[in-house]
Amino acid sequence: MSSKYLIFLGCAIPYRVSSYEISARKVLAKLGVELVEMPEFNCCGLPLDPVSHEMMLILAARNLALAEQRGLNIMALCPGCAGTLKKVNKILKEDKALREQINGHLKEAGLEFKGTVTTKHLMQVLIEDVGLEKIKSAVVKPLTTLKVAEHNGCHILRPKEYIGFDDPEDPQTLKTLIEATGATCLDYMDETECCGAPSVGVSDKVALQLARDKLNHVKMVDAQALITICPFCHIMYDTNELRIEKMFNEAYGIPILHYPQLLGLAMGMSPDELAFNELRVNASKLLTQVTEGAK
Amino acid sequence: MTETATTKEPNREPIKASEIDPKFKYELSRMHGSEKILRCFQCGTCTSDCPVARYSETYRPRTIIRMAQLGLRDRVLNSDTLWLCAACFTCTDRCPQDIEVASVIRVLRNLAAEKGCVPIVFKEQAASVLESGYAYKIPDLRIKKRETQGLPPLPKGNPESIRKTLKGVKFLENVEKKGEQQ
Ligand code: SF4
Ligand code: SF4
Repeated sequence: MSSKYLIFLGCAIPYRVSSYEISARKVLAKLGVELVEMPEFNCCGLPLDPVSHEMMLILAARNLALAEQRGLNIMALCPGCAGTLKKVNKILKEDKALREQINGHLKEAGLEFKGTVTTKHLMQVLIEDVGLEKIKSAVVKPLTTLKVAEHNGCHILRPKEYIGFDDPEDPQTLKTLIEATGATCLDYMDETECCGAPSVGVSDKVALQLARDKLNHVKMVDAQALITICPFCHIMYDTNELRIEKMFNEAYGIPILHYPQLLGLAMGMSPDELAFNELRVNASKLLTQVTEGAK
Repeated sequence: MTETATTKEPNREPIKASEIDPKFKYELSRMHGSEKILRCFQCGTCTSDCPVARYSETYRPRTIIRMAQLGLRDRVLNSDTLWLCAACFTCTDRCPQDIEVASVIRVLRNLAAEKGCVPIVFKEQAASVLESGYAYKIPDLRIKKRETQGLPPLPKGNPESIRKTLKGVKFLENVEKKGEQQ
């Protein structure tokens, strides 16, 4: 099945997580998902929801209206963006009065929200559009020697009323996708726990302690890497791992990989192509093992 | 380390009758997201499952809900701890009374922000969206680097159009005013 989406990058990815974008684009191109760039961009609205729900609704609706004009559905790499666009689409379709209010704002710029497009996160596109069978058949270098752990993050699953994808208490999709690469996905304590990223800047102490718990639990089961599908979760673990090690006198050395990096390796792409060089936590040990394992 | 939100101790003074706004809870129950606040029976599920409450000595979602129900408008809205919620939505998904707890917190934050009680980071992000469409200022270096990384050019924001659609948003008046003062 061929599929075509407007790719919604969000703010965090171009700001500091380009390895996620690079690897996702590579993998999707090879799996036959066609991506079209957004004609113009504004923030999905989520970061402003705490201070103005109205502003969030307008920003999200503006993006949906732009996508409607292009007649294409949206694929977001960031679960926060995907969740926000999904949620606002649902709210505005169901609440006529609110829709009229928001459309009053959009009209000022010649735009209108109609509710004719849908939004999916990358992971949903992989499992629902590409499908597990196609992914498995694209794997040419199965990562059978690898044992990793997954971190879904919150916004890909919650609040379940609006997201309606997988089970937030015991999610399976990412595990299934990881195992499709041939790697083993380990279970560990408090798998669905928040990474803490939204608390950075308000209380770094709380945020870093949450990230530390996660890394401790992942270390307990001897996972060789932690796999994420969210730019914020990735920043929280990859960018902060060294800082957490220093602050709490811990030693982890656990590389944090974006799922498309893992899949890309299994599809035979090189670490350079998949932007492994952009990771803060060195993954060379894992990469050596993967290349030797494939010989 | 930034510790802006936990430095200030929460107000533990005895409650005075004059502090109570008995209509606050009804006001909240008419707002989008906090409609069901009256249903809270203080079971404590939200606090016990809250990741932030585990490491913060002051942040307790159940307490915030109770204070709001009691009508302690100013105490709730002036409280720094309000800004600690990580919006993970665990409480919303687990509340046995089906209250969107995280959204109640968000409604309270919105009210606080309208009064001008808001961490600076949110004002910066709002200003950045008005200026470029992006919540963070993407460094030029990053934008140029995309080409060497084999990435397509970054879609541009349309600040003029964004500003038009955001006309009348209360919080932004606040951002612009405060911005001038600083
Ligand atoms: S979980 Fe729901 S009912 Fe229980 S204390 Fe929290 S808000 Fe109230
Ligand atoms: S959404 Fe906020 S209050 Fe609710 S559990 Fe998460 S951090 Fe705690």
